[in-house]
Amino acid sequence: MTAPNRPLSPHLSIYRPQLTTFLSITHRMTGVALAVGTLLLAWWLGAAAYGPEAYARAQGFLGSILGRLLLLGWTFALFYHLCNGIRHLAWDAGKNFEIKKIYSTGYMVLVAAIALTAIAWAVGLTR
Amino acid sequence: MVEFSLPANSKVLPGKTHKAPAGAKKVKTFALYRFDPDSGKNPRLDRYEIDLEACGPMVLDALIKIKNEIDPTVTFRRSCREGICGSCAMNIDGTNTLACLKPIEEIKGEAKIYPLPHMPVIKDLVADLSVPYAQYTAIKPWLQADSAPPPDGERRQSPKEREKLDGLWECILCFCCQTSCPSYWWNGDRYLGPSILLQAYRWLVDSRDELTGERLDELDDPYRLYRCHTILNCTNTCPKGLNPGQAIGSIKQMIAARR
Repeated sequence: MTAPNRPLSPHLSIYRPQLTTFLSITHRMTGVALAVGTLLLAWWLGAAAYGPEAYARAQGFLGSILGRLLLLGWTFALFYHLCNGIRHLAWDAGKNFEIKKIYSTGYMVLVAAIALTAIAWAVGLTR
Repeated sequence: MVEFSLPANSKVLPGKTHKAPAGAKKVKTFALYRFDPDSGKNPRLDRYEIDLEACGPMVLDALIKIKNEIDPTVTFRRSCREGICGSCAMNIDGTNTLACLKPIEEIKGEAKIYPLPHMPVIKDLVADLSVPYAQYTAIKPWLQADSAPPPDGERRQSPKEREKLDGLWECILCFCCQTSCPSYWWNGDRYLGPSILLQAYRWLVDSRDELTGERLDELDDPYRLYRCHTILNCTNTCPKGLNPGQAIGSIKQMIAARR
């Protein structure tokens, strides 16, 4: 029997976006962002060890608008990944699988991640 | 393999529009995925305008009306028309469900209908389900026991033991959850998928089954079980209100507990 040349039915392009998929892909993307952000952190620490000039350059970049935007994204990634990680731990313990809980914990994670990011920056900028 | 875009032979082209009859009072447009294997052409999206005043309440009623009255070449599976056979599973208005259980009223605007996502298409809304069926066979969905059954009758269960099967035995294998899962889209050749894992769990918790350990051995694999990343589209979409996500979580717990 020869395999017929069957088309593949549409998937990603037609499936309705929903909280479940959105939070899941965000978890993965923030994980990647955290890994990249760690390189930034390593560069900053390395610069501090290298000498005042290198440190000033790193500080200058991180203090610039682009640097601050990157740090803001990194902070959000950290808090989001942390909060959603706790949500995953609950699932690993067999809890919160009901649709209502999936949604309520999902919104809680989003609100908590944004609030923690805002608090961290408020504290950081007022000191 | 993760491949976000469709292969060249699968791109959906614009199709024909079948206008509503003159004098139609409540017109609704249904956009149907059409693929004719004999034409050698790409799939297309045909539009059918129908009068809801002269149509039953469910999406399946509209499909049958289209096939009977407008275009007899439209192909889809259906049988029981009451959510018990699982034949009419398809992607309606962006999520997988049974056409017979989906009220037309719930769909805003044009009703887009596709076959179950990321599956080979045989014709129109009919997806090739041989892979999930083979995966179902692979989990040995029958009672396995080394001991002989009691000579005086069947293997007994207490009501409490029987209760553990509730929420599992109701699965009709429509594969709505299976094909809603992005992990299954990308790794469907090796990941068993939510519906098969729910079935696997149904036999794991059956008090009469004695090969629990062997069943867990088979599942304890980075792909077969652990491609589940708790996205939970499965639980979100099940037309029977079951919880495949929970069942998979329970299997992971059983494996963790015996380590």
